[in-house]
Amino acid sequence: MKKITRFISGIEEKMAFDHISRSPEDTMNLGRIVAGKILPGDILAFSGDLGAGKTCLIQGICRGLDVPEHIYITSPSFVILNRYEGRLPIYHFDFYRLSCQDEILDLGYEEYFFGEGVSLIEWAERAEGILPEAYLKIRIKSLSPSDRSIEFIAYGEGYMERFCSGSYDLSIKTKSTTKGG
Amino acid sequence: MNVILAVETSCDETAAAIVKNGVHILGSSIYSQIHDHHKYGGVVPEIASRKHIETIIRIIRNVFDESGLIFKEIEAIAVTTGPGLIGSLLVGLCVAKALAFAWDLPFIPVDHLEGHIYASFFVRPDIEFPFVCLVVSGGHTDLYLVKGHGDYALLGQTRDDAAGEAFDKVAKVLGLGYPGGPVIDKLARQADPAKINFPRAFLEKGSMDFSFSGLKTAVCNYVRYGKGKDILETNAHEESGATDDKNRRSVSEINPNGPSKLPRGMKIEPILEAKDQGQIMSIAAGFQEAVIDVLVGKSMEAMTKTGVHTLAIGGGVASNTRLRERLEQACRERGVDLVIPPPHLCVDNASMIGAAGYFNQERATRDWSIAAHDCRRTGLI
Repeated sequence: MKKITRFISGIEEKMAFDHISRSPEDTMNLGRIVAGKILPGDILAFSGDLGAGKTCLIQGICRGLDVPEHIYITSPSFVILNRYEGRLPIYHFDFYRLSCQDEILDLGYEEYFFGEGVSLIEWAERAEGILPEAYLKIRIKSLSPSDRSIEFIAYGEGYMERFCSGSYDLSIKTKSTTKGG
Repeated sequence: MNVILAVETSCDETAAAIVKNGVHILGSSIYSQIHDHHKYGGVVPEIASRKHIETIIRIIRNVFDESGLIFKEIEAIAVTTGPGLIGSLLVGLCVAKALAFAWDLPFIPVDHLEGHIYASFFVRPDIEFPFVCLVVSGGHTDLYLVKGHGDYALLGQTRDDAAGEAFDKVAKVLGLGYPGGPVIDKLARQADPAKINFPRAFLEKGSMDFSFSGLKTAVCNYVRYGKGKDILETNAHEESGATDDKNRRSVSEINPNGPSKLPRGMKIEPILEAKDQGQIMSIAAGFQEAVIDVLVGKSMEAMTKTGVHTLAIGGGVASNTRLRERLEQACRERGVDLVIPPPHLCVDNASMIGAAGYFNQERATRDWSIAAHDCRRTGLI
């Protein structure tokens, strides 16, 4: 993993590259590892093309946050927000249908971002302007039919130390893996 | 309570209906917002709520005009209380409660999915319990065992994407715009569904759950890395759910020999150059067939497992012509009695809410508060 620190218009952007996932199972495992580092109030903003694996990664995170296996983590594209109870409240957003952040403001969703729960936001690029200063951006890129590069970018304080250091061994199998996805 | 005014505003349709004795539609009116949302590539919740407010009173007036009834002839009001977009649901709920209060009528909360189940009562009022119902739409892909009025058991559900959502997203990747269901249905008719073989997720043996996320990814991969990649080069802006509305042409311009009658407002982006048409149709057909194989397979699995003999379907995807054909065929082969409502009763509508309200009127209440629990699901698990 390599790290880069740069400044864009005065905001410090800390980057850590190079998680390569070879399969949906890898992506799910990465999610479980990320879950172990999550604290109340964290905001994780996901971006990536359709089919890149955003929901898959979030399924792993939810399992890692102890959402029981019989609760399915489904795509919130249709309803915009799904809520789950794990060891923390989880707000799973999907802004796929939204066209601009004014609509997100109108909906009042940003109130969730400042609560004690964890906000996991798909298609977060639609909401960047209303996100707090500190959050973790997770960018998923499709490299081949099975391979994905998963990039962590820390904004503001508190995320770099937790998420962009230490080892991430995706081959570690934790508990049972969820089917589908 | 024989004459019921029903209101449905759970997503992007503003609908009202007057239904007599549960199965006779005296008036029905729907305003679809597809036109208003098309340029965003999906439903925009805030616009949806605002449009519901603008149209709901006119829609209710329409059903009174159509039925020739006056408000004193209405005996109860049924309304969808969930699931759906909260802002949209609240518009219908507030209107229904206000009318019930003003006209001193009982009020019957109805679950949206329950409504889809009751659409079958319009074609088969004496449908026998128990029966299995496949509810398949943009937000849901569920199999229910319907044991009696208001008595349902969930047999299976999607673990990731709903079938209708997969249609919308694949249409997006192929540059076909929103909504994806009708346009894929039409394009797929002109290609061989066996030409491109996409994966079918049947999950573990005996499971009645669904998974369409892997299929969606397979189509994306096919377009990005497979034989479909030549259509990607001119289709780079497919990544975003929101699209820009300029430079569109209607499908009839691009495809003069094909079915030219698309729903109003539905257009295809200009990436469909002549050489790509066959390819896009083949992808559409291959994708649709994969979805339908799983829907039909799981429905038949549910019939075997429950041992019941009647299958009903509902939800927007149930208006897909290929799904209807394939289900008819599968049910004929197995001696299953299939109940398929006409397409206009499969998509979101208020008549089905009126039917569900009529058959579940023991829930009727005169509680006028707009409490949060009203937006929770009422009948289903």
